[in-house]
Amino acid sequence: MSAELTHEHSVGTTKLFATVWVWLLLLTAVEVFLAYERLEVHLMITILVGLSLIKAALIMSYFMHLRFERLGLFLLLVPAMVFCICMMLIMFFPDSIRLMNLRPH
Amino acid sequence: MSEAEYEGIVESRWSGGASPFAINSKKLGMWLFIVSDSLTFSALLISYAYVRLETPDWPRPFEIWPAIAKSSFMTFVLLSSSLTMVLGVNAAFRGDRKKTVRYLIATILCGIAFVLIHATEWVSLFGEGVTPWSNPWGVPLFGGTFFGLTGLHMLHVTIGVAYLAIIAWGFGKGKYTAEHVEVSGLYWHFVDLVWMFIFPMVYLLSVNPK
Repeated sequence: MSAELTHEHSVGTTKLFATVWVWLLLLTAVEVFLAYERLEVHLMITILVGLSLIKAALIMSYFMHLRFERLGLFLLLVPAMVFCICMMLIMFFPDSIRLMNLRPH
Repeated sequence: MSEAEYEGIVESRWSGGASPFAINSKKLGMWLFIVSDSLTFSALLISYAYVRLETPDWPRPFEIWPAIAKSSFMTFVLLSSSLTMVLGVNAAFRGDRKKTVRYLIATILCGIAFVLIHATEWVSLFGEGVTPWSNPWGVPLFGGTFFGLTGLHMLHVTIGVAYLAIIAWGFGKGKYTAEHVEVSGLYWHFVDLVWMFIFPMVYLLSVNPK
């Protein structure tokens, strides 16, 4: 068991992790750059959350080793989490858009 | 595989003791905690996004200097601490105790730096009259969501620093195994991951447009 785990963990090399780190820094730099482009706030939040989701996926798959685990673990964890977060979004945003349209212009 | 072996596997699967995910129980426990904690943060972030988009005169107090420069640097520090953490986990599985402890200490120092820089920022906001309940711009929800989100995250970083310190001490003494280091690493990466959402949504959406 222990030997097997050691073998699995040698999958990630220092070079791989450094590459992921550089990518995360680059995506952060893009986000900071975009903050100074005067985009409309809804577009802005969509782009920022999109980039953050890419960063989260990178962290989970490489730093948190999810890519090197069995598929079963991924299937146990991620779909349930995504489903719950989508449920929260369904609660929040339609109401938010409705209120926006009610606002006097 | 002989039939007897096959029987053995089936037997163990039904009587427990089999490991369907091929990970230890500590790691599965930490993953389940991370999923539930991520939902806590999602709820806070989504409700923040709701009030942020709903309030047309939401304050935009963060200047390039010092707030955005500081928080970008904090992001860099936290990302680098994740890198040292993952290298520490690798060293732990190679059995290199000395190197592991060194990487863990680097991670802890980054965590402490993050908390300290964040604290100076809080103090300067308090100086401007921004508290969790009120602020000069007349949008009290700004303080509530800002301090709520960053405060809960800071609490996670502080707990993470203490957790890593205990693991580093115990691993250095040979009390803990590489699995312990890996599980503490999962927690630390999660704290990093949450900041990847808080930084753009709280800071970059409130950049002073000047």
